[in-house]
Amino acid sequence: MKVTLKLYASLKPYLPQGTRGNEAEIDLPEGASVQSVLDGIGMPEGLYKLVLVNGVFIVPEERETKLFVEGDALAIWPPVAGG
Amino acid sequence: MAWAEKILRVNLTDGTCESEPLNMEWAAKYLGQRGLASKYLAEEIDPKVDPLSPDNKLIFATGPLTGTSASTSGRYSVITKGALTGAIACSNSGGYFGAELKMAGWDMIIFEGKAASPVYLAIHDDHAELRSAEHLWGKSVWETEPAVKVEMGDPQSRVSSIGKAGESGVLYACVVNDLHRAAGRSGVGTVMGSKNLKAIGVRGTLGIKVKDPAAFLTATADAKAVLAENAVTGQGLPAFGTQVLMNVINETGALPTRNMRDVQFEGASKIGAEAMVEPRESDGKPNLLTNQACFGCTIACGRISQLDQGHFTVQNKPEYWGASGGLEYEAAWALGAATGVDDLECLTYVNYLCNEHGMDPISFGSTVGAAMDMFEEGVLTTEQTGGIELKFGSAEALSAIAELTGIGEGFGAEIGIGSRRLCKKYGRPELSMTVKSQEFPAYDPRGIQGMGLTYATSNRGACHLRSYTVASEVLGIPIKTDPLETEGKAGLVTAFQDATAAVDSSGLCVFTTFAWTLDNFAPQIDAACEGEWTPERLAETGERIWNLERNFNLAAGFTAKDDSLPKRLTEEAAKTGPAEGKASGLAQMLPEYYAGRGWTEEGVPTNQTLDRLDL
Repeated sequence: MKVTLKLYASLKPYLPQGTRGNEAEIDLPEGASVQSVLDGIGMPEGLYKLVLVNGVFIVPEERETKLFVEGDALAIWPPVAGG
Repeated sequence: MAWAEKILRVNLTDGTCESEPLNMEWAAKYLGQRGLASKYLAEEIDPKVDPLSPDNKLIFATGPLTGTSASTSGRYSVITKGALTGAIACSNSGGYFGAELKMAGWDMIIFEGKAASPVYLAIHDDHAELRSAEHLWGKSVWETEPAVKVEMGDPQSRVSSIGKAGESGVLYACVVNDLHRAAGRSGVGTVMGSKNLKAIGVRGTLGIKVKDPAAFLTATADAKAVLAENAVTGQGLPAFGTQVLMNVINETGALPTRNMRDVQFEGASKIGAEAMVEPRESDGKPNLLTNQACFGCTIACGRISQLDQGHFTVQNKPEYWGASGGLEYEAAWALGAATGVDDLECLTYVNYLCNEHGMDPISFGSTVGAAMDMFEEGVLTTEQTGGIELKFGSAEALSAIAELTGIGEGFGAEIGIGSRRLCKKYGRPELSMTVKSQEFPAYDPRGIQGMGLTYATSNRGACHLRSYTVASEVLGIPIKTDPLETEGKAGLVTAFQDATAAVDSSGLCVFTTFAWTLDNFAPQIDAACEGEWTPERLAETGERIWNLERNFNLAAGFTAKDDSLPKRLTEEAAKTGPAEGKASGLAQMLPEYYAGRGWTEEGVPTNQTLDRLDL
């Protein structure tokens, strides 16, 4: 199953090696959860805050049960703000 | 204490500069800067006055904490009746000018009347005088500022000025200080130009006294520690600036694109914070050189950029090759997504032009977006635009029209009247993305519902800085709420509006609120100022200020009908992203907002509310 992984700001170094820009296509097994991908990326807890699947924020308590489907986009940011 | 307790009143018609005591009774009720100057304005002018007539007044105001050792204490505001909006206007700027004015011993300067010929105000501590600016008229901000510094005779003096946009009547002209910090919105620079006032130079050496120095040092040190330890203010903003939001808001499906035809921009990744730090293919250097802090700031979110000298916009123009003020999120959005242009170097160049000539990049970019919309529909042709192919996505068209608008020439003079007047002139008023004649900032209310209510009820016209519910709805600060939900947003917007009004009156920067609440502001203000300043008193002060501004606008002729959004946002659904199929639910939120505010169904504060707030 192909899913687009987007890591922004200070999280870019956690993208697969050789990635240009901020997004890479990754292969996931059927039934992969958001939390399993977060764990797999290896980012320390606290380094990331905004976790969006197809633009929708996934609250921490739903990350174990939120499963990916083909073509989904997972976008992650550290704590950020602007204005 | 903290307040200088002194106002400089400058009558431009008579050429006089007089000192007078600050009304401390009002200071206790309105704190300073935005709140206190709005009180003075509301007391001293007829709300129905023509903003560009000599009867309008222009106030430069600091807050009690401006210029102190508190973090982010470089803020000042320019308060007047807005040239663009006809509503009460308060535009806030950072840099170093505000602190210098305060250290010269002035809480605010009130300009009255109109000079017979161009002048600038020179302040050396207690001494203030008007000087001829005939030789400066027609000069850009970048030419005026160093020239005034030389004439001030002190390189440490600071200057706030208008460029050609303010002189030529661009209705969204800014007041610019320190070359690229601006009191940007609502046309405060246009009012300054209408008074033949070119600049203010100030040198202050008197310092600032606070009520309890030891308590103030403790309170400000504690608050600085909170900023340093917070991931947003301690790491995110200094490293990536506000521009980090470009991809966040695009992913969220709330990035207004091509005059709000769309809510996502396919070129967003090319113009955001991440793109600014990528080495360019052309010369191997990144757009971003470094970050920069305003006076006393321990966040340092400012961007300093350097253009690719080979880019088509600046070839053979070495005056634009040096380090200068780079793109913030709002400017990058307005110049980029709103026009469909994804050329980062072009956007940076146009941002330079906005600083150089003194015009608001938000209103400028949005107005160009509206003009492009009309061009694409055949309402405008090259006959009107002077040969410019004003198509969405054209970097060439954007830079060409920016060069003309900044100096008020050609079709640029029409872009300078703003989106509402332009769209009305060409028979397509519905294509103007404005509230109270002011162009929207960078958040689409279809994808972030609270921002629809924020824009509709903002006292200075569409604005994100009056109630930044994006913090909660998208960024999870202080708590995450659902951006697509309308329920609960009335209370959220009200709370943000009141707290922001208090912060804007303190002399400190609203960006601290990503880490601080009123609980962090109160001890600092309390240690500096007479009286007891609690978080509750600050919230009440904010609410009082909000209602004062509202009353001014009602007296100016605004009604509940002006608390509205363009039909594109309330009737045309978002086409993509999480908000696909949704329009703004303003109608569901507004009645609850009025009721919660203690206003009638017509949006008028009740006598009971006015009594409660001692208005």
